[in-house]
Amino acid sequence: MKRNFGGPAIFLDRSDINTDEIIPARYLTEVTKDALKPFLLEDLKLDGFDPAGEALRKAKVIVTRKNFGCGSSREHAPWSLEVNDIYTVIAESYARIFRQNMFNCGMLAVELPAADIDRIMALSENGEVEINVDLQNHQVKASAGERTEVFAFEISPFDQALVEAGGWVEFADQRY
Amino acid sequence: MGQTIAQKIFAAHLRDEPFPGTYVLDLDRVLCHEITTPVAIADLEWRGKDRVFDPLKIKAVIDHVTPAKDSKTAIQGKILREWANRHDIPDFFDIGQNGVCHAIFPEKGFIRPGYTVIMGDSHTCTHGAFGAFAAGVGTTDLEVGILKGVCAFRKPESILVNITGTLGEHVYSKDVILHIIHLLGVNGATDHVIEFRGPVVDALSMDARMTLSNMAIEAGGTCGICLPDQVTVDYLWPFISEEYASKEAALADFQKWHSDADAKYARVLDVDVTDLEPQVTFDYKPDCVKPARQMAGTPVDQIYIGTCTNGRLEDLRQAADILKGRKLAPNVRGILSPASPKIFREAMDEGILGIFMDAGFCVTNPTCGACLGMSCGVLAPGESCAATSNRNFQGRMGQGGMVYLMSPATAAASGIKGTITDPRDL
Ligand code: SF4
Repeated sequence: MKRNFGGPAIFLDRSDINTDEIIPARYLTEVTKDALKPFLLEDLKLDGFDPAGEALRKAKVIVTRKNFGCGSSREHAPWSLEVNDIYTVIAESYARIFRQNMFNCGMLAVELPAADIDRIMALSENGEVEINVDLQNHQVKASAGERTEVFAFEISPFDQALVEAGGWVEFADQRY
Repeated sequence: MGQTIAQKIFAAHLRDEPFPGTYVLDLDRVLCHEITTPVAIADLEWRGKDRVFDPLKIKAVIDHVTPAKDSKTAIQGKILREWANRHDIPDFFDIGQNGVCHAIFPEKGFIRPGYTVIMGDSHTCTHGAFGAFAAGVGTTDLEVGILKGVCAFRKPESILVNITGTLGEHVYSKDVILHIIHLLGVNGATDHVIEFRGPVVDALSMDARMTLSNMAIEAGGTCGICLPDQVTVDYLWPFISEEYASKEAALADFQKWHSDADAKYARVLDVDVTDLEPQVTFDYKPDCVKPARQMAGTPVDQIYIGTCTNGRLEDLRQAADILKGRKLAPNVRGILSPASPKIFREAMDEGILGIFMDAGFCVTNPTCGACLGMSCGVLAPGESCAATSNRNFQGRMGQGGMVYLMSPATAAASGIKGTITDPRDL
């Protein structure tokens, strides 16, 4: 599965955004991923953020702070991103299960230091921020208006292999 | 160099190391419930791989919403039920026999020291109380677990939490773990196993150890492990008496999982609980914790006693001790959900259910129910609940609702006063 990991960014400038905020438990009765589409981040209370707004509808990349995706193990959280064509999250750090779920779905959870996240967020002064991910060279490019900044990130070989395979089921099926 | 219990379990289960630092482990248990498993089942069917690696190592339960509350939850149950039937999974627990997953699976003797356990549920860390490596995973990990019996993990680094001192009156393992989460922070143990040790842990029952391990995930921990000892052997004896000549032999065998004296830890946290008071959460993160007395007077609309954290017999006894001969404050709703049918029956036989009912509680069947705001006690916006569960996220028990986490004794005391109350102040 060839995916494009870049696109317009949306900023969720808070740490510890949990899985109940990403997709509330009341939608866990759905048995298809597509059904989650309208409910992404529905319960997130954050200044300037509107779950029904244009910014989230256009976004292909989420940029956020520490411990993103903490709480429940529900893979509904990355699915609710996936069905909205958001395949990339850039954060200072993640909760373990959420991060693994992202890679298991062939999606990308990029970790950058706080200073880099600051710089990406600061770019928005120049207009809408567009992210490009170079998975081979482990670089994130963020641009707005005339300005572009490049950030190097680390990814474990296993996580990279999962993204390239399209997920853990594909990887495991070939190997075990 | 010495090894921790987690490292020993990893070494004993290693199937593959596809890349340095990635460990693919063979699984002893793959546990399933009706919320996270149906999508895995659907995906396996879609891939033409509707198989299971070993029906005896897979255990399944309908627990989150049971009896079903609407068509959607009925369909989730139906998918799990039909799947368990078609793959001849003998240990499938349906209505009448079902209870909260992390209460019923240990109770049936399914978890043993040294086991590897996964489940599509973050509180799978509970089973670490038996000296198992037990981790919550997402649906894809669950799916691969069901199909192949393996799961991948990073290097198992551990945080040693050494608990010393003496627990004061009405201070329980729930207060201890809330305090530890406060010290570690909600991501203080991310990617780490928390190993609970020390004289206080040694003196805890299995019920109380499960409360401790249950909340390891609230500090981000992969698993919360207690070392298997005599208490573990006594609990498991009905299930293992044919495997071992004597309890002494079982104990000696379990000791092979003990961490070595020179094992390396990423961090050591010493916690003296002697002066610890009953604890309560405030705000919407489980590390926002303070003494109940500092929250005294905060009104509550509902008391919820149950869940995989504190819905076991010992918990019910502790709450009943407080409730005996007393009544809930006017306008306070009390809900008790014993975590399994066995606990329900024992509580009935001991007269505990009567005490709750006399106090004005409604007793529901064993289910997760209101814990995650799906049924049996969902809050209205602006309402608050004193709960013995493990998560106080915004809207967890219903949109716009507030959850205060606490021990069963503190929840019971708060129910009687109608405001958050330290049980020592009744
Ligand atoms: S009781 Fe609550 S925390 Fe425990 S498994 Fe059920 S929903 Fe999850």
